[in-house]
Amino acid sequence: MQAVPTNYQELTFPYADCEEQRSGLMRHHPVAIVGAGPVGLTLAIDLASNGVAVVLLDDDFRLSSGSRAICFAKRTLEIWDRLDCGQRMVDKGVSWNVGKVFFQDDLIYRFDLLADSGHRRPAFINLQQYYVEGYLYERAAGLLNIDLRWRSKVVAIENATQRAVLTVSTPEGDYTLSADYVIACDGARSSVRNLLGLESKGRVFRDRFLIADVKMQAPFPAERWFWFDPPFHRNQSALLHRQPDDVWRIDFQLGWDADPELERRPERVIPRVQAMLGKDTAFKLEWVSVYTFACLRMDSFRHGRVLFAGDAAHGVSPFGARGANSGVQDADNLAWKLRFVLEGRAPERLLDSYCEEREYAADENILNSTRATDFITPKSAVSRTFRDAVLKLAQDCAFARTLMNSGRLSIPTQLNASPLNTPDADYFSPALAPGAPLADAPVRFIAKHGIHESWLLSHAGGEFCGLYFCDGTMSPTAVTTALTRLRIRLVLIIPSGMPPTPIQTEEALLLEDVQGLLAQRYDARAGTFYLIRPDQHVCARWRIFDPQLVQVALARATAMAQV
Amino acid sequence: MTSLNLEPNFERGDDFYEALIDAHRSLSAAQSEMLNAQLILLLANHIGDHSVLLAALRKAREGAKADTPL
Repeated sequence: MQAVPTNYQELTFPYADCEEQRSGLMRHHPVAIVGAGPVGLTLAIDLASNGVAVVLLDDDFRLSSGSRAICFAKRTLEIWDRLDCGQRMVDKGVSWNVGKVFFQDDLIYRFDLLADSGHRRPAFINLQQYYVEGYLYERAAGLLNIDLRWRSKVVAIENATQRAVLTVSTPEGDYTLSADYVIACDGARSSVRNLLGLESKGRVFRDRFLIADVKMQAPFPAERWFWFDPPFHRNQSALLHRQPDDVWRIDFQLGWDADPELERRPERVIPRVQAMLGKDTAFKLEWVSVYTFACLRMDSFRHGRVLFAGDAAHGVSPFGARGANSGVQDADNLAWKLRFVLEGRAPERLLDSYCEEREYAADENILNSTRATDFITPKSAVSRTFRDAVLKLAQDCAFARTLMNSGRLSIPTQLNASPLNTPDADYFSPALAPGAPLADAPVRFIAKHGIHESWLLSHAGGEFCGLYFCDGTMSPTAVTTALTRLRIRLVLIIPSGMPPTPIQTEEALLLEDVQGLLAQRYDARAGTFYLIRPDQHVCARWRIFDPQLVQVALARATAMAQV
Repeated sequence: MTSLNLEPNFERGDDFYEALIDAHRSLSAAQSEMLNAQLILLLANHIGDHSVLLAALRKAREGAKADTPL
């Protein structure tokens, strides 16, 4: 018998009183997260699964209403893989790598975001936000040290030097709790930000867009299709994307003068969709929304004991899928730093590197998203003329296709300027320079109980680890000893076909570079050593292992050493 | 880094100028604008050098509106 699938849109979560209310006493928690959306849930899972108890407060009692964010990028999936919830997302989601751009009646450009093979995850999956939140919620619910409190609204904050005190409003009245750190993941209209009198500033775009998510049987492939000035929606743009359950995301640019109330009515939406799909296609409206957007961010993501992540900290236009994806990367960046500070393994100033790294990432996302928006919705006659000139030239000139911008799709930020990096002293190709997120590759995992086909990223992250590229002539004993002392997990990488026995050790993971892609992507030779952060970013690399240099680099990567 | 060449560089300046004006013959103002925009993009890609392109943009803006430099 098949289980009835959960309807995540109709799930409701019961309110329950908490320890503070039962005891009448204020309790202290290491971390309080405000907002159980994709960012807050990811952060809570990361902290809790690594031993940090979390209180997660949400003012609602439901998951995302409507599809909302639908494009989840490769890096986001890799982060969820690290947290043991990526596979469900990929199994349910629609994987895609290819995009097509049309101008008027013609296809002018086709791109493949993942042209080279040897990656576990696709460039993107499309998945309704309520599934993402549902799967994250179910993962979180399996962790004992997440205390998830629904219908709990933060109504006051005292951001003191030693701790933060939150007043939480519930159906049974208010109570207070204190926390070492409060993380605001409460979205674009962040109430935490408002309570602290802080602002997210930037540029508001004067344009309106209509989202019509429709249910239909359609022959279109799982690709991103973008139209400039199509015959079915003259002078504006349109976007078509496939989601699971035969749901399709259709996005229409409406212009600033459109009346949002009027435009979301079915009698207005249905003819637009019918014009696009043709009169013979039957469909049903699932969700309709008219939206505007802004590119903005807070000046600083940390204010004393309160840190901001996701839309609460920064906002982008939707072109490029850089909203939810950058928020999940914020969580990925912050979780290990918080944990190291709380465990006394790093000084509090490590948290400032969260700001430096993720404010830089936000600027990059805002820049890309602003440029795409300016191309898609030109703000002056001359801007429109150049845009159309690019589109006309793109039909037969390769150079013009590089200028065409229907959204520069989310790729992880290279944190090359981070103070946590140790700059290269040895010669390496620039691809995996300190600050880069790890590149995946297929490996064969050689364990005592057997050999498994696997991926590099399944074996790195959570803690600091060292990737040590070996050959048969090297003994890793000295490396093992040094890394154990520094609490760095050793990952030994051997070339394909080499008998593993001589270097098999108790403490190390052993991976065979089955296709030689690891050596190629990491520009590695025998003896090359990469030091990897818990969030799967490179922080240092050398041609020869030197325990002293590794120790210094680790101190730097945890802000122990002032640079 | 090359600098923007403001010295004569045309092989056949008069012929080019005539061809440029001819290219716009019988076009509407909108069509001429489109021609100019495509021409700028084609030539800019051919030049490629970012510092030269920026210098040309600054010089052209000076000529259009001298009081607010880029």
